[in-house]
Amino acid sequence: MRAAAIVSEAPAPRRAARALPRSGALLLLAVLLVAVPLLAPNAYVLEVAIVIALNAIVCVGLNLLIGYAGQISLGHAGFFALGAYASALLASRLGWPVWLAMPAAVAAVALLAWLVGRPTLRLKGHYLAMATLGLGVIVSIVLTNEDRYTGGPDGMPVPPLVLFGRTLQGESAWYVVIAAVLWLTVWGALNLIDSPVGRALRALHGSEVAAETAGIDSAKWKLRVFVLSAAIAAAAGTLTAHYAGFLTPAKASFLHSVELVIMVVFGGMASVWGAVVGAGVLTLLPQLLTALKDYEMMSFGAILIATMIFFPRGIVPTLARWLQRGR
Amino acid sequence: MGGAWLQFVAGGLTAGAIYALVALGFSIVYNASHAINFAQGEFVMIGGMGAVALVALGLPLALAVLLAVAGAMIVGLLVQRLALEPAQAGGRADVVTLIIITIGVSLFLRGLAQVVWDKRIHTLPAFSGSEPIAIGGARIVPQSLWVLAGTALAVLLLGAFFNRTLAGKAMRATAINPQAAQLMGISTRGVMRASFALAAALGALGGVLTAPITFTSYEAGVMLGLKGFAAAMLGGLGSFGGAVVGGLLLGLLESLGAGFVSSAYKDAIAFVVILAVLFFLPGGLFGARGSDRV
Repeated sequence: MRAAAIVSEAPAPRRAARALPRSGALLLLAVLLVAVPLLAPNAYVLEVAIVIALNAIVCVGLNLLIGYAGQISLGHAGFFALGAYASALLASRLGWPVWLAMPAAVAAVALLAWLVGRPTLRLKGHYLAMATLGLGVIVSIVLTNEDRYTGGPDGMPVPPLVLFGRTLQGESAWYVVIAAVLWLTVWGALNLIDSPVGRALRALHGSEVAAETAGIDSAKWKLRVFVLSAAIAAAAGTLTAHYAGFLTPAKASFLHSVELVIMVVFGGMASVWGAVVGAGVLTLLPQLLTALKDYEMMSFGAILIATMIFFPRGIVPTLARWLQRGR
Repeated sequence: MGGAWLQFVAGGLTAGAIYALVALGFSIVYNASHAINFAQGEFVMIGGMGAVALVALGLPLALAVLLAVAGAMIVGLLVQRLALEPAQAGGRADVVTLIIITIGVSLFLRGLAQVVWDKRIHTLPAFSGSEPIAIGGARIVPQSLWVLAGTALAVLLLGAFFNRTLAGKAMRATAINPQAAQLMGISTRGVMRASFALAAALGALGGVLTAPITFTSYEAGVMLGLKGFAAAMLGGLGSFGGAVVGGLLLGLLESLGAGFVSSAYKDAIAFVVILAVLFFLPGGLFGARGSDRV
């Protein structure tokens, strides 16, 4: 309902005018991504930047689901980890080249998401949250228990990505790849939202009944967005696996799924930039507050509650509104 | 063989009784607000850990148990008053918002518990000795009987509350049709608060009853909460009878599954149940028939 209000506040005549800030914002993101390694060319900063970018990729996808399809996933960490482990296992157990294992893993996760989403999204209500919750926990338990393949709680080593005969390694090389993927994901998501697909989604969020009267098959569109967001999470998972060279089942935990939802909600539902900012702020926060480690969980909970009460749209859309009013 | 069966059934019913208490809490809050309260498991933890802390202070066990349940009720009231009510003001919050807030509450309470208490695993003394009783080839700890009796009593009291008292009837009316209930002069805000207090009390009761058997810690509520939720789904979210049957059934499935199939995957059974219910029986065993399809 709330997202509908946001949509209706952006009247049609201004859409053309919005094209400029959009490319401006994309340019800003590109500048920012290039500036990081130039201004701070040390491994630690790049490492943190890579983690932020990976979280941001997942969040942009998750935000399409939460913000536009109006459904929550409480199992995105499961899709992320499944992508990571599938790619790692295909490469290490079956000897597939990594460049082939990665897309295969993403496709497998997309198929799984489709199988789970199809029956669930036909039901009215928030059943997807429950289905993804169940699936996520099952994935986490399987990864921990099948230690013959996954190494169990101790984790497993992952073969590196070899492209054109060269092994991709080191923070700076991976930063370039992951930053490029992030930029492309943001660009793709923005285009998707402004396309007929995006309009269908926003109509759905406004009023499902009205949208269906206009010929939009709501279950079908929700399912597509869900599969897309799961595939994006899996893609980020495969990148993480081959970048880090080591995987543990902690990546699949329910808590990690919840953290991803917090990033999206804090940054701003139905805002691509909100997802990026949310991922950035909430990934940095624990790094900055290491002294307060014991209070981390408490502060995450408090941030989530306060955001929903005081900025239910999330910080980016709220700030954007304030700026517009100030003009 | 018979003994093994009996042993698994007894274990399953004991665990199932706790799931039933947690599931009742989910259903009560669901009926009042249509939200899924992801902090429900945290009430179980507060019950268990609260009783442990009070016993450590030197209080007699019975008093510690009562105070822990009362304390959890107050926490439940505060959660509704401080975290959910501000978002519900003016009826502007949708269900997604409420669900996300309860996730925040759950993280906050878990984080608070690890700061106020600690991260270690604790146990509560059994209510009446720990010498197992032999019943037909199975050996059952007396605490299991406490769990079953306590749950049965809670369910009976709850039934009387909802069927015999004005407050209980008001809560049922709100569940059926909030607008109509409001027109009849029922305060939906009061119903929401009462629902949270009641759900917290049930969860905390489960927490104190099971703490002597399964131990407790600041994160003990996570799995119990999620499994109670699975039980509520199985029985049909919002149905009280369904919550009890769903809880006991889930406990039995888990115990028999762990005993005869795979103990490593014991914890996965509840989540397979969630998926199976969603795919094949979306209304649960006793839920609304033919739940809306889009």
